Amino acid sequence: MSPRLLAQARYYFPAVAVFVLVIGTWEVIVRVLNVERFLLPRPSEIYTSLVENWDVLAVAGRNTLIEAVGGFAIGLVAGLLVAFATASFALARGALMPFAIAANAVPIVAFAPIMNNWFGVTSPVSKMMIVAVLVFFPVMINVVRGLTSAEPAVLELMRSYAATDAEVLRKVRIPAALPYFFTALKVSATLSLIGAIVGEYFGGANEVLGRLIVESAAFLRFSTAWAAIIIAAAIGIGFYLLIIALERVLMPWHASVRAREP
Amino acid sequence: MTGSPPIVRLGSVGKQFAVAGGSTVALEGIELAIAAGEFVSLIGPSGCGKSTLLRIIGDLIRPSSGTVEVNGKPAVRARRDRDYGMVFQAPVLFDWRTIEQNVQLPLEIMNTTRGDRARRAAEMLDLVELADFRRHYPWQLSGGMQQRAAIARALAFEPKLLLMDEPFGALDEMTRERMNDELLRIWERTGTTIVFVTHSIPEAVFLSSRVVVMSRRPGRITHVIDVDLPRPRTDPTRESERYFELVTAVREALRSERGAEDLGALDAAEITGEPLA
Repeated sequence: MSPRLLAQARYYFPAVAVFVLVIGTWEVIVRVLNVERFLLPRPSEIYTSLVENWDVLAVAGRNTLIEAVGGFAIGLVAGLLVAFATASFALARGALMPFAIAANAVPIVAFAPIMNNWFGVTSPVSKMMIVAVLVFFPVMINVVRGLTSAEPAVLELMRSYAATDAEVLRKVRIPAALPYFFTALKVSATLSLIGAIVGEYFGGANEVLGRLIVESAAFLRFSTAWAAIIIAAAIGIGFYLLIIALERVLMPWHASVRAREP
Repeated sequence: MTGSPPIVRLGSVGKQFAVAGGSTVALEGIELAIAAGEFVSLIGPSGCGKSTLLRIIGDLIRPSSGTVEVNGKPAVRARRDRDYGMVFQAPVLFDWRTIEQNVQLPLEIMNTTRGDRARRAAEMLDLVELADFRRHYPWQLSGGMQQRAAIARALAFEPKLLLMDEPFGALDEMTRERMNDELLRIWERTGTTIVFVTHSIPEAVFLSSRVVVMSRRPGRITHVIDVDLPRPRTDPTRESERYFELVTAVREALRSERGAEDLGALDAAEITGEPLA
């Protein structure tokens, strides 16, 4: 084995070991204690269900992912627009901030049925709007903080060059905001999936993960419900990893990226 | 110092800052002319307004009263014409730019062509001896190297005037002396006028052609000491008798200012007699 591969193996070994240990213990405990299936199915059963229902799960996963990504995009764009307006104009700050904070205070569970009512229960748009509301706030608040994070000395330096506001924005504020932006994206990636599934609980087209979980549970097909949960988690993790990869490409200079080198 | 017009001319400059329940006088009656090619240090106790004065010259702060001329024009115009470069106590390099990209920053803002930018940056990095580190990021360099990169950036667009605000204040003594040597070498090679804020007496004496001593709030100029040490100044300069005499002179000028404050009514001039030659 090459030294690099060996180093990577050593880096990932603890996580893999913990995973195997937890799954193994779970399987053994359920078998030995004879735990009822509807309480906790065995990992092996969940796996079987995953394989057997793969077609249904894949379609449901895809549909939920579309809702999550669509809502993510809407929330992202809205969050960025408000953030840039807020960071650039004091007037916008006064006018928009209260509403942004109010939007964050909305309990998403209470909000979901209303969105279903507005945009149609079976339409993916209603779920996207729920996701968008969830994603909007972390993006907005983090990007505002990032855009206004430049140190006074940096601004003095730019002033000594007689730089315009647009140049300060492009050369200082936006690069300085990138780490904050990625923090928001990482939070939002998982939030978007939660938002989509919570929205689906309150009704929606049949072939989505949220409905699949609710209905499988209603018919006591718990291993299928668990398989759907695993698909949801896998999509969430995939989304998160994608953002981390993007972060590495876009800001290799940042301390958080440097520290992660194995 | 006669003949050529001064590159910096301060006429009865004053500055008040608003504080809770009134205002505090940071600077009062500052008169100073700096000739092209000079190396002038501003020295004084902390809170004497020396950094404020430097920022007033650079039009980063507006004075409350008086006139500020840089390069024969009002300070605002001199700033817009990019007549000066600035070096702060912290290097203020951008984390997301390599050293060479950091040095190119002012040139980008001034719309210099790509080729010229690369050429100028390479020259400047040669000058500060960082050519081998041009592709490095700031965090990969030591504090002294970062500050050298900041000097390269300030000189990249060939300003007539270099304003330095305690640039070596955060460095250890050994590094600071080496940086002093290098700064003199750069100054002699570029012919740039330098205004240098410091609270290190040996540093001020070693570098300067004149040391301007300031008093605590309200900040006034109490003494101007000509430093007649021969150039080029090198390590032997730091061990010469004249060097120690001048260090003592600056120290006494600073102390007399403090004494005047303690004794209240007495005028600083009465204690020390005439400011030193």
